[in-house]
Amino acid sequence: MLKYANPTNFLALAARLIPWLAGAAALALAVGLYLTFFVAPDDYQQGASVKIMYLHVPAAWLGMMCYMVMTSAALGTLVWRHPLADAAQKAAAPLGAAFTLVCLVTGSMWGKPMWGTWWVWDARLTSVLVLFLIYLGLIGLWQTIEEPAQAARAAAILTLVGVVNIPIIKFSVDWWNTLHQSASVFRLGGPTIAPSMLWPLLIMALGFTLLFFALHLMAIRNEILSRRLRRLSITAAAAEDPEVAGEAAL
Amino acid sequence: MKDYTFYIAAAYGFAALVVVTVIAKIMLDYRALRQKLTRFDNKERNR
Repeated sequence: MLKYANPTNFLALAARLIPWLAGAAALALAVGLYLTFFVAPDDYQQGASVKIMYLHVPAAWLGMMCYMVMTSAALGTLVWRHPLADAAQKAAAPLGAAFTLVCLVTGSMWGKPMWGTWWVWDARLTSVLVLFLIYLGLIGLWQTIEEPAQAARAAAILTLVGVVNIPIIKFSVDWWNTLHQSASVFRLGGPTIAPSMLWPLLIMALGFTLLFFALHLMAIRNEILSRRLRRLSITAAAAEDPEVAGEAAL
Repeated sequence: MKDYTFYIAAAYGFAALVVVTVIAKIMLDYRALRQKLTRFDNKERNR
């Protein structure tokens, strides 16, 4: 782990991993979409609208998983002061926001024909909306504080405070009476979904997860390059060469 | 299937739009950063 605290080592590792992760993600998503539309049966109650679930559920899982990745990175920033931890945290926030937005919108697309409404202030829906707002808050925080080390600490603290929302999302359907259905895959006693529907769902989730890791590595790589550019810009400015400093700051 | 076609197409279309936008943003940022670093290196070398 410490070996990859060196940005050069990390960039070399990322360059090797990104094509494999992206290729595996594309393959898994292609197989998942084929199974979703040509193999998985319609639900006896939901009809064909259940096909939205093969998108909605993995997006929801990724929205939460991304936050746990950010929580680990926040600990890395505050406790171990790992040099790449805050870059990993900053890079993950827009991805988490994107997956959570997909979860919210696709859930709404399913809710309209099934529940008769686009939105209800149900505990599960509201807690996922809060997760989305926390992501936006973290992105805003990074953009507001100019000094990267200070921004990293503030974002890490906010991330650790916000992690309390993850178990609320997970158990909201058990703790309160909600319109949202309870867990049907990750539950004690095993999944309640028929294998013909479970496998496409798991393969889509695998595709989304691989896509997330590929995009996360790419975004961390961008963050490292951005910091390198900033450092060079400051060095040039310190050397009182406004032409070079101005170019780097563009 | 046809009763829900609009909702299914809208959900998958929206997800595709978001994913493509995120991928494009990251790749364009990467290209811009590489170009800036290359320009910076060239200027430093010519000093």
